[in-house]
Amino acid sequence: MKSFLKRLLGTIPVLFGVVLLIFIMLRIIPGDPVTMLLGEHVNQDTIDRLTEVMGLNDPLPTQFFNYIVNALHGDLGVSYKYNREVTDMILEALPYTIKLAVLAALFAWVIGLVTGIISAVRQNHLADRLFMGFSLAGVSIPIFMTSLFLQYFLAFKVKLFPLTENGSLYSMILPAIALGWNSAGRIARMTRSNLLEELQADYIDTARAKGLRQNAVIVSHALKNSMLPIVTMMALQLSSMLSGAVITESVFAIPGIGRLATTAISNRDMPVLQGTVLFTTVIVIAGNLLADLLYSVLDPRIRKEA
Amino acid sequence: MEQKENVLEIRGLRSCFFTEKGVVPAVDGIDLDILEGKIIGLVGESGCGKSMTAKSIMGLLKYPGRIADGHIWFDGQDLAHLSEKELRKVCGKDISMIFQEPMTSLNPVLKVGRQVRETLLVHDRGMDKNEARRQVIGMFARVGIPEPEKRYDSYPHQLSGGLRQRVMIAMAMVCRPRLLIADEPTTALDVTIEAQILRLIRQLRDETGMSVLIITHNMGVVAEICDYVYVMYAGKIMEQAETYELFDHKTHPYTKGLLDSIPRIGKNPDRLYTIPGVVPNLLHLSEGCAFSNRCPNASERCRRVKPELCEIGEGHLARCLSCAPESMEPRPEKQSESYENTPAAAELPDAKNAVSAPGMSGKLRIENTVKGGGTL
Repeated sequence: MKSFLKRLLGTIPVLFGVVLLIFIMLRIIPGDPVTMLLGEHVNQDTIDRLTEVMGLNDPLPTQFFNYIVNALHGDLGVSYKYNREVTDMILEALPYTIKLAVLAALFAWVIGLVTGIISAVRQNHLADRLFMGFSLAGVSIPIFMTSLFLQYFLAFKVKLFPLTENGSLYSMILPAIALGWNSAGRIARMTRSNLLEELQADYIDTARAKGLRQNAVIVSHALKNSMLPIVTMMALQLSSMLSGAVITESVFAIPGIGRLATTAISNRDMPVLQGTVLFTTVIVIAGNLLADLLYSVLDPRIRKEA
Repeated sequence: MEQKENVLEIRGLRSCFFTEKGVVPAVDGIDLDILEGKIIGLVGESGCGKSMTAKSIMGLLKYPGRIADGHIWFDGQDLAHLSEKELRKVCGKDISMIFQEPMTSLNPVLKVGRQVRETLLVHDRGMDKNEARRQVIGMFARVGIPEPEKRYDSYPHQLSGGLRQRVMIAMAMVCRPRLLIADEPTTALDVTIEAQILRLIRQLRDETGMSVLIITHNMGVVAEICDYVYVMYAGKIMEQAETYELFDHKTHPYTKGLLDSIPRIGKNPDRLYTIPGVVPNLLHLSEGCAFSNRCPNASERCRRVKPELCEIGEGHLARCLSCAPESMEPRPEKQSESYENTPAAAELPDAKNAVSAPGMSGKLRIENTVKGGGTL
């Protein structure tokens, strides 16, 4: 518990650094938010007034300080483009991203673990070859390709699924598969190789010598040991999915966090972009913490050191 | 003295690795008897096939290794030809095994008490978990684990090497086996702990009357604990005798080499004796005696003729031409080809010959052993 608190405190400098970096970067890149906001044909008075109101005349450190203080109060600023609270926009997009991420993660974990275990147990048999082929495809084909293929064949040709997101959970299945396939492939490959490695361990001989059945040896001995690194990977995958699947959300027109970020970039909507990146950072850090926590739950050796 | 029976009889056991380069006969037709209540030693260098023998008994051989031929008789069943399911009923219950590395032989993420309890529950599905826990704690106390209640909930990394080996022994003993196989049980432990563990094994044998097969490369361990010894080299038994007989009348040059390699305070010259050369590659064995290329007394005949096990004393057999009857003629034997062509039954007659060469059955031989070993 103590080490967990220590880890929690350790995330503060990381967050601070990320915010600082985004803040500086968005001010270095060319383009003036005021002209973006007002368009071409306005008089100088309006421009000056807006610049003053938006606090863009303040020295950069002051601007940064104000941003941090506001962010701590849950106020991430107002979108230049839509003139809305960034926090509200993120909260609006979040349910879509959560639905997509949870579905994709469930797909990836269930399929990845099951096929990985089967592949390890039936090493070099037909099932193993088949599953490893599919997982290799998942790992190596870029997500936009799988997205487009799935969309074309399963939605456009066969009409099993709606082409784009339409508010129902059902319409999320196709994007979830597209997004989760890659992760499933990674999990399956890692599960297989870790399990095969664990099955060579000495304590497996001990378990067999007890008279345990092969299935019991795998489930109650090998699996728990081989799961340690996989759990880390699964937690990190979930956090990266939760922070917005930019490509999948674009292809399937899902108004999630990823879409919010891409639109913000093309609109040069700095507060929104800043907000989404900050949100992403928090999620990724939380995912890492979760992985650490799970690790120590699974492995008594780490628990003891804590 | 009362008539004792063999708990386990190995006859003509051949366990091979079927590799792409050819068949490696790691265990090459051995006969071995384990008498009730006795501690039997199986000695040899690394790679001589002693662990393979133990794993063959327990059905733990891993691909590409498997039993190619022979029988392992236990309780009227041939373990070598038992189905996996039938073998599982025997393993852990009637025959149990402890391993060389107590550090890695326990599952690091499970409490040791649970791991020992598992053995009980596997073989008695109806057993109440609390009852099992009570028995495990009782067994912990019996193998000398201090604070057994507390240790039940320890993880392996919280225990010292000696304690872990005691846990392994508790795990092996908890179902009251008739045979305990100990594969280098003390190799990974320091010397003071080694003595304690050996004493514990002997004490448990005395209390329960079980038999023990100790696999070791350490002649010191043999002298300390074994009643009868088999010396193994390149997959074959080279010499077998009661412990005292073997130490007093060592016959085979390999046994002599092993015994001379033991450091003795005050007796050794500056340099410790070692057997020159290395264990031969089992893929390309010479046609003669497997030890001939390292033997100080090897003659031209040794390189051509395969020696058989011959009786040279009561319960004392050796596989060396120097002690075989002069009349022994070289048998026309096609060594490596026959392995490759027929890994299975074709070799059986050979193995049988080897047993019958001294002119007595395995059982008879062992009865002799017991009579001779009355003073042990």
